Amino acid sequence: MKIALRELRRRPGRFATATVILTLIALLLLFLGGLLDGLIRNSTGAVRAQQGGVVVSSAASQSSFLRSRIDPDLRARVAAAPGVEEVGGLGIVQLGARVPGNGPRDLADVALFGVEIAPRGVPNVPDTGEVWADRILEADGVRVGTELLLGPARSPVVVVGFVEDTNYLGQAGLWGSPATWRSVVAANRPAEIVADGVFQSLVVRGSGSPVDLAAAVDAATGGATLSLTIADTANAIPGVAEQRGTFNQIIGVTVAIAIVVIALFFALLTVERVALYGVLKAIGARSRTIFAGLVVQAIVVTVIASTVATVVVLLLDAAIPPGSIPVTITVPRIVSSVLSLLVAAVAGSAFSLRRVLRVDPASAIGSSS
Amino acid sequence: MTVTDPHAPALRLEGVRKVYPMADGEVVALERADLTVDRGEIVALVGPSGSGKTTLCSIAGGILRASGGTIVVGGDDISGYSPKQLTAFRRRAVGFVFQTVNLVPFLTARENLLVVDEIGARTGAPARARADQLLEELGLADRAKNLPSQLSGGQRQRVAIGRALMNDPTLVLFDEPTSALDSKLGRQVMELIRSEMTARGIAAIVVTHDERITAFADRTVHISDGVLDA
Ligand SMILES: Nc1ncnc2c1ncn2[C@@H]1O[C@H](COP(=O)(O)OP(=O)(O)OP(=O)(O)O)[C@@H](O)[C@H]1O
Ligand SMILES: [Mg+2]
Repeated sequence: MKIALRELRRRPGRFATATVILTLIALLLLFLGGLLDGLIRNSTGAVRAQQGGVVVSSAASQSSFLRSRIDPDLRARVAAAPGVEEVGGLGIVQLGARVPGNGPRDLADVALFGVEIAPRGVPNVPDTGEVWADRILEADGVRVGTELLLGPARSPVVVVGFVEDTNYLGQAGLWGSPATWRSVVAANRPAEIVADGVFQSLVVRGSGSPVDLAAAVDAATGGATLSLTIADTANAIPGVAEQRGTFNQIIGVTVAIAIVVIALFFALLTVERVALYGVLKAIGARSRTIFAGLVVQAIVVTVIASTVATVVVLLLDAAIPPGSIPVTITVPRIVSSVLSLLVAAVAGSAFSLRRVLRVDPASAIGSSS
Repeated sequence: MTVTDPHAPALRLEGVRKVYPMADGEVVALERADLTVDRGEIVALVGPSGSGKTTLCSIAGGILRASGGTIVVGGDDISGYSPKQLTAFRRRAVGFVFQTVNLVPFLTARENLLVVDEIGARTGAPARARADQLLEELGLADRAKNLPSQLSGGQRQRVAIGRALMNDPTLVLFDEPTSALDSKLGRQVMELIRSEMTARGIAAIVVTHDERITAFADRTVHISDGVLDA
């Protein structure tokens, strides 16, 4: 073990290539993970910001906000379900917003929500004509007091505050009253007008676990509703599961490449060291001791590569202007990426185990060679 | 693990054979070898190339398994040892000095001695004290921090001797320890081997081509075509 560490310290050049390649792989892994987290965050913020345990949509909607309709009658049955304490209606319309000072084609994509229960970060439901905006809109020049003109009808709303992490499918969340939502829908999407008292979804607060609450609501409505926990609602947003699946596959391939790189590199190193290992075995070193040294070297190289990559990614994260690339670097993502690389290091170096076991101590005492 | 008998000879070979199976028949490298080396005795093993000297040393030191016969080192009968037991035996009871210098290139002289402790007992401080003492005796105290590449051939061979003595062995096997050195250096190294072995009561087999080297041994054994002379 000491021998392996000393070799790392005294012959760093030997490990430079592997360290550089692994650093690039670690960088790729962290960046992919950050991109996935950022994309998901940007798609699901509006749902995750809801202050309730369960989101209720109509059964026919297949959990899409946009298709769902809940009339007052159904709402009353939801409110009467056991365990339900509070029910808030929710409606959404996706539009382009003109920001004063920006060019006429330079629209900001927004999702205007009309809510009865204010989301996390919004103190209370704003007055009609006023909205709280997601902070991402600051990048478009939006400030508190800015009047946004929504949609082809240029319905005006005034920004009265900013909230964090409330986007829906990459569109900036705007949070207003149900009346604001209804009037904007009426002006811009006449086909989607819903009657007073009708919402697209309901946010339900109650006692007990959200899973039980969702089941209780669906039972009370006789299957007319589809109720999901906040997390399940977020996952059901179109594209979220697909993005996660695709990225996780790419991440998996990247880890596999890391295993191959480590395996090849340490296999080469082992071949170079056959004579040295022969001598060590002749003087009594166990294969286990020699192999442990190899694994330690693989781990140290991986730790160095991961550390450098983490620092680079954090610097990049700080340098990327908000709203340009949806990269979110989180501690759990860094930890899981580094852990998967460490597993790759052990798995990769394990390919050299057989070669280490095969080294013959008799080779050290040179059979007349 | 067998407790080493302090009165048993350092090495006893009885009817030891080594046969290498080859495509066209087999090569008999060692034929019914009988040899006893007493505690503290230095035996020179002399013979032409290919006569089986390295084979004998490898078997006596437990890095090669004999095809038949009995090998007893310091009272331990290692004839039937498994590879694992042989590894532990080598760590405990024998030292090797190889023909080519086989030091770890990225470790200093002192660290090369300490390798023996690191792969084995891991005693730490006592091992460091022993390494320093050996380096002192071998005249290498001021070279302790040098890498092998910063040492002369004779100095390197002395480091290798120090490494072979680190585990306080019963038997040290020298396979042509002086062949890479000129005759003056070779003599110096032999004198050193002589004095170190005698001072410690450690037995040694010294393989050599050079008849002059045999002057430093208690006894000379000749071998040709795998057969030891009586
Ligand atoms: N691994 C092996 N496979 C087959 N034959 C071998 C092997 N090792 C040694 N031999 C043969 O065994 C015989 C004895 O070899 P050994 O290495 O013991 O000779 P040696 O006396 O040490 O020679 P040298 O003085 O050249 O080192 C030789 O004929 C050699 O060719
Ligand atoms: Mg030989």
